[in-house]
Formats: sequence, C-alpha cells, structure tokens
Amino acid sequence: MQQGIIAIFRAMLGSLRDLAPIILVIGFFQLVVLQQPIPNLADIVIGVIFVLLGLTFFIFGLEMGLFPVGESMAHALARKGSVFWLVSFAFALGFGTTVAEPALIAVAAEAAEVAAQGGMIEVSEASKSAYATGLRFTVAFSVGLAIVLGVIRILAGWSIQWMIIGGYILVVIMTTLAPKEIIGIAYDSGGVTTSTITVPLVTALGVGLASSIEGRNPMTDGFGLIAFASLTPMIFVMAYGMVI
Amino acid sequence: MLELLNDIVSITLTTVKDVIPIAVILFGFQFLVIRKPLPNMKRVLIGFFYVLVGLSLFLLGLEKALFPLGKLMAQQLTDPTFIAGAKTVGNATLQWFDYYWVYIFAFLIGFSTTIAEPSLIAVAIKANAVSGGAIGIWGLRISVAIGVAVGISLGTYRIVTGVPIHYFIIFGYIVVVIQTCFAPKMIVPLAYDSGGVTTSTVTVPLVAALGLGLADTVPGRSTLIDGFGLIAFASLFPIISVMTYAQITEWLERRYNKRVRLKEQTNKQAVAE
Repeated sequence: MQQGIIAIFRAMLGSLRDLAPIILVIGFFQLVVLQQPIPNLADIVIGVIFVLLGLTFFIFGLEMGLFPVGESMAHALARKGSVFWLVSFAFALGFGTTVAEPALIAVAAEAAEVAAQGGMIEVSEASKSAYATGLRFTVAFSVGLAIVLGVIRILAGWSIQWMIIGGYILVVIMTTLAPKEIIGIAYDSGGVTTSTITVPLVTALGVGLASSIEGRNPMTDGFGLIAFASLTPMIFVMAYGMVI
Repeated sequence: MLELLNDIVSITLTTVKDVIPIAVILFGFQFLVIRKPLPNMKRVLIGFFYVLVGLSLFLLGLEKALFPLGKLMAQQLTDPTFIAGAKTVGNATLQWFDYYWVYIFAFLIGFSTTIAEPSLIAVAIKANAVSGGAIGIWGLRISVAIGVAVGISLGTYRIVTGVPIHYFIIFGYIVVVIQTCFAPKMIVPLAYDSGGVTTSTVTVPLVAALGLGLADTVPGRSTLIDGFGLIAFASLFPIISVMTYAQITEWLERRYNKRVRLKEQTNKQAVAE
C-alpha cells in the first residue's frame, strides 16, 4: 500500500515536470509581457491540480490497459493468420476512432463555412451540414484506409519511405489542383485526426504486429501507422474539395 | 462546488462517448473474431478506467485553467494596439518583425504544450522500450517539441506575411525526403509518426486560437483561409527535428567510438614501447 502511494506520488511529480513549461510560459507572458494580473487564481490552481491528476492516471492506465490490449490483439490476430480479419480490424479501428473525434467535427464545420463563403456550396444550414458530414466520413474513411495500408506494409515488409514520399508527391500534385480555400484545412486535417486514445492503441497494434511476425523489426516496421493516418486525410480532403 | 461537480460529470460523459466506439471495436473483435478472453482482463479494465478518468480530469483542468488564459493571451498578443506598442498607432504601418512577441509566444507555447502532450508521452515510452533504450524518452520528446516550436513560429510568420502555405509545406517535404536518405534507418518510421502524434489535446486548441486571432487582426488576411495551417506546420517540422536528433546522436556516438579506439591504440603503443 505504502509502495503504491509512493509510486503515485512519484508519477505526479513527473506530471508536474511535464506541465511546468506551460505554466511558466503562460505566467511569464501574463505578468511580464502583457503586464496583467492573473485572473481567478483559485480556479487556475484547481485546474492545474486536475491536469496533474489526469495526466498521472492516464499514464498509469496507458501501461495497464491501452498498450496491452493493442499488443495482445495484434498478436492474437496475427496468430489466427487471417489477413481478412486483420485488415478489417485495422479499418474499423481507423474509421471508428476518427469519425466521432471532436476535433474533426469542429474542423469539418469550419470547412463547411469556408466552402459556403467561397461559393462552392449553397449558403444554407442544410447544405453546410451535409458538406460537413460528408467531409467527416471522407476523413474517417481515409484514416481507416491508412491503417489498412500500414498493416499491409508491415505484413509485406515494404519500406516506409517510398510510400510516404509517394504520398507527399500526391499531396503536392493535389495542392495545385484543389480549390485554394480548402488547402489550409486539408493540411490541418492530417494533424487533428489522431487523438490521445487512438495514438497509443495504433502504436501498440503496429509494434505488436511487427514483433509477432518473423523477420519484422518492431522498430523499423512497427512504427509508421500514425504517419499514414496523418497523410491520407490531406489527400482525401483535397479530393473532396475538388469533387464537390 | 456544485458547478464543479457538474463540470466533472459532463466532461466524463463526453470522454465516455468518445471512448465507446473504440471499446466496441476492441471488445467486439476480441469476443467475436479472436474468441478468447483477454489475458489479465481485470487489469486491462482497470487500466481503461484509469485512462477514462485521467483524460476527463486532464481535459477539465485544461479547460478550467490553461485554455481560457492561453486563448485570451493569444488574442491580446495579436491585438494591433499591443503590437504597435511604442509606435504611434495608425501612423506607421506594421512590419513583419513588429510581431516578434507573437513569434516568441508561438515558439514557447508550441514547445511547452508538446512536452505536456499525453499521446507523445505514450509514443516515447513505447519507442524507448522497443529500441531497448537507444531512443531516450526525453530526447525524443524534446526534439519533437523543438520541431513543433519552430513549425508554429514559422506558421505565424506565414500568417503575418501572407506567403502561401504550400511553399513552406513543399519545402519541408523536400527537406524530409533528403534527410530520409541520410538519417539512421531505425528512426525513419518513428520520425514520420511523430508528425501526427504531436498535435492533439493540448496543442490544437491553443495553437488554433493563436492562428485565428492573428489572421483576424493582420490587415488583408482572412480568418477562414489564413487562420488554418498552423497544425500542418506543427506536424511537419517534428519529422525534421526527430531525424536531426537521430543524426546528431549517431554522429556523437561515432566520434566517441573513434576517440575510444584512438585511446586504445595509443595505450597499446605505450605498452609496446
């Protein structure tokens, strides 16, 4: 029991260290640069304590829950030997974790706004919400596809750089063709799709898969799934902008 | 107090709603396809519970404490009257370097939010374990944070000057491609990954506020077109900085090995003499 408390205390100290830079930066700018007092100090102290507790719990849970699940499922699916189920799992994980992502919902709504102002779609609530929903499903589909591609890469042992460089070339070509208004959003959508729960799961999936297949190195083959998941949305969002 | 409790409940519900699709997929496949109970089921469930509670508290704390202040700060720093400062307002036109506090803020906030980013911590822990300690947790986190910092300050410079975003992105891609040829093979996939990892819970809201605030106040920029794109910078530059980190580590190691070998040789010579 006492050991447990010490472990938690240590973990909280670690979280405090992770958080210290933000507190310092915001404090410095508020007090020195903008020269204003800090409003609601009590609220902020409570908030910081919550963030500390939250980060500590998250990291505990990560090692107990998310990592083992991702890895043991990758092992089990690899042992089952069915590429079909592995690929469907990869797609479901990519699609399912992205489609409900709050950051994506926000970006899609803003993109609909841009499209309406740019005259690409009608300026009405119905057409905007249809556009936003379409965009959300497009991005979610592209993330599902990305994880599938990444899993196939691990199975086949392809080297990642050619696929990523190929993806970059595609992004550059699409940039010249896509409507100007959509480009900023398309580039951003690559970054927003990967949430805090998805990243550890997907990483564990890749590493688990690479370590259970003979001849694959978990370091060079296991990583890279997230990279695909942040590349394909850019391509698909620009395509979406061109089609609609 | 009641309000706080209310906030806790509502944010936990939101997190649960986000986690449900993931849980359905995981447990659905586990029971329908794999058809074996998970090893250490109880421990895993406790772990999921911790993740849920942790993420809820984390988000609640951020929304209570850091986001309001950070967003307000982004607005104040981009306010023309603040930027003009000593200059008489309306008299002189603002040059790009008058925004220096914005660039400094962008750099520091990019760095500090990345250090606190939970998903980056997760990937760093995994990479450290998989590489057998060759990749340091802090080494990776700091190099990613530097990449984000440089990316976001360049992104704010872009909004101020109005240079089209794809010039920067395409240039960044070219650097990535060249570096890929020279960087140690084992870092390449991890470096590509670190681009997507950096931008989630902590970084996106603050950085988006900075971009939108800046695009709103710089004359001639549109919030909708120019306000976006900072996240893209934040996910491109870490790729470059992580590969650079690996290259520097490799170089230092090689130099160290060389020195050790030289020393051994001179020792041998001394013994021989």
